[in-house]
Amino acid sequence: MSNALLSWYGELTTRGRLLKRGSALLMPGMLWLMLFLVLPGLVLVVVSFATRGAYGQLEWTFTVENYQRLAGFSLFGWTSDYLIILWRSVVVALVTTLVSVVLSYPLCFFIAARSERSRYMWLTLVIIPFWTNMVIRAYAWFLILAPEMPFAKIAAFFGFIPDGMPLYPNAFAVYLGMVSMFLPFVTLPLFASVERIDWALVEAAQDLYASPVRVFTQAILPQTMPGLSVGIILTFVPAMGMFVVPDLLGGAKYMLVGNLIQQQFGSSRDWPFGAAISMGLMVLTMIGLHIYRRKGKEIEYV
Amino acid sequence: MNQNQQTDTEKGLTAKHVCKTFGKVKALDDVTLDVHPGEFFTLLGPSGCGKTTLLRIIAGLELADSGQIFTGGRDITGLPAIKRPVNTVFQSYALFPHLSIYENVAFGLRSRKFPEAEIKKRVNRRLEMLDLAEMSNRHPHQLSGGQKQRVALARALVNEPDVLLLDEPMSALDARLRAQVQEDLRRLQRKLGHTFILVTHDQAEALVCSDRLAVMRRGRVVQIGTPEQVYDNPRDSFVAKFLGAANLIPGKRAPGGIETELGFLALDKTPPWEEGTVAIRPEWIRIGETPPERNGIHARVAEIVYRGTNFDLWLEPGRLRVRTSSYKRIELGREVWVELAPNELVILEEDHV
Repeated sequence: MSNALLSWYGELTTRGRLLKRGSALLMPGMLWLMLFLVLPGLVLVVVSFATRGAYGQLEWTFTVENYQRLAGFSLFGWTSDYLIILWRSVVVALVTTLVSVVLSYPLCFFIAARSERSRYMWLTLVIIPFWTNMVIRAYAWFLILAPEMPFAKIAAFFGFIPDGMPLYPNAFAVYLGMVSMFLPFVTLPLFASVERIDWALVEAAQDLYASPVRVFTQAILPQTMPGLSVGIILTFVPAMGMFVVPDLLGGAKYMLVGNLIQQQFGSSRDWPFGAAISMGLMVLTMIGLHIYRRKGKEIEYV
Repeated sequence: MNQNQQTDTEKGLTAKHVCKTFGKVKALDDVTLDVHPGEFFTLLGPSGCGKTTLLRIIAGLELADSGQIFTGGRDITGLPAIKRPVNTVFQSYALFPHLSIYENVAFGLRSRKFPEAEIKKRVNRRLEMLDLAEMSNRHPHQLSGGQKQRVALARALVNEPDVLLLDEPMSALDARLRAQVQEDLRRLQRKLGHTFILVTHDQAEALVCSDRLAVMRRGRVVQIGTPEQVYDNPRDSFVAKFLGAANLIPGKRAPGGIETELGFLALDKTPPWEEGTVAIRPEWIRIGETPPERNGIHARVAEIVYRGTNFDLWLEPGRLRVRTSSYKRIELGREVWVELAPNELVILEEDHV
């Protein structure tokens, strides 16, 4: 059976040979994923049930204490600290995604309306920040938000911050940093969809008396859904675990779950607890994606 | 025009001196036309003649540089698309892919916030009328081309527009289906009595569907009339060639007729020009064994094209095309006499555009 000849997109071969070649080509990727994703993931699960030794080493006494701590139960009673940090991370990721989407739509339409030649210049401008390291970009905001710069001066004038202070660290700076970090992740896939919009549908909606809101939700949104979905996932998932930006621009007062995890694996040397928080983050992200997919199916865009 | 269906409200359409330029191209150059209420009117012309631009200006999807559009005596030139009492069947149909057939048809009524019961009544009536009732829950991608076209038609008609605009609605259908849909569309329009304006480059479609048609070229209307009028009396050589087939014979005016390379041809009327062209349809040329009394030409059958219902014979000299019925076999190379009867020769004006 596996020796029977078949035409594979014009290539004359057998099922057996195709199988062999396919496995050979898949092998490196599979190995990579096993070694660097599946295995460490499993280790993380195991570690999250381990105990921290007195000097930060791992002790293999299995317990659910780490998860209890994450839920707020400790020796001194219940505290909401960790749950607040988790919740805040969800909110920051959601708001970052939302703001990026709201900013991306007009940007995409603007770029799509340019002439063929200048369109790619505009797209390049969107991509340019990627050429720079994320940490450096976060530091760049220090300069922009510095007390000498007009932004801080204006904020001080209106009494948002004390005179002579920079516009960081605070929630505003975190959002600013996050949105600027993730905007291209929404803009680029969304642009791919916006560029291919069938404008006849927009005209049809206008011809059928649709209000501007209806034109957007019925003629534009469904058509841009594929790109928008990719953008939302590409932003929401990493934004949930982001720690560089909140660390630099948010300070200790605006801690996100990413910082908390980094702290546990770093300065606190509490790997089991860090692993437990990571699991919590993963579960929350999964829930978020699941809700999104369910909603997406209900609306059923083709 | 459809007399018995004529509505009491005057819901025709008038375009007055409409001009539109795209960059340096004059898409519409002073177009004026009157579409009577309840009439099936066709804008016919080759691609780039401005017919689609005119349709889009009527729909409010394009703004004219100058000129006015009226429906039922009301000036709608300054109204946006959503306020115009016209609806369009788009060339690509432009059905909403994420909505069911029912919701597609209901779209216009929902936009105008009709009560649910009224929407249901109207949508179902249109779906039934266009034989779509069974598909109301399907999505556009599950439909064939002909079905999509009917959905687009239902979606526009459900709003009961004063004027229905059809932008080459049959160009995506295969030839067999197209012929049938043309007749269906004609019947539907007669039944409803709405004013239809069809844009097409297909002359057969224009002849089948229209009460009247306008032949357009380079942004101008060359000739308006019933299909018979325009076919029988094309105004110039462009119309003669675009609508059906025609033999164009150039010549110089002579007493009682014209002098051509085929010899002297007698005419019923005196041409208004010194030098010009006369036309004759291939099926109007009589063919025989003996020389006719007037305007006879002795020629040889140089080529035979079989078309099922008839033969097209190409005669030399003069490259004349003659249409004969298919039961009358004539072999290649045969010497024949043809008669270009004076009453069949159409004196053409000089090309207008």
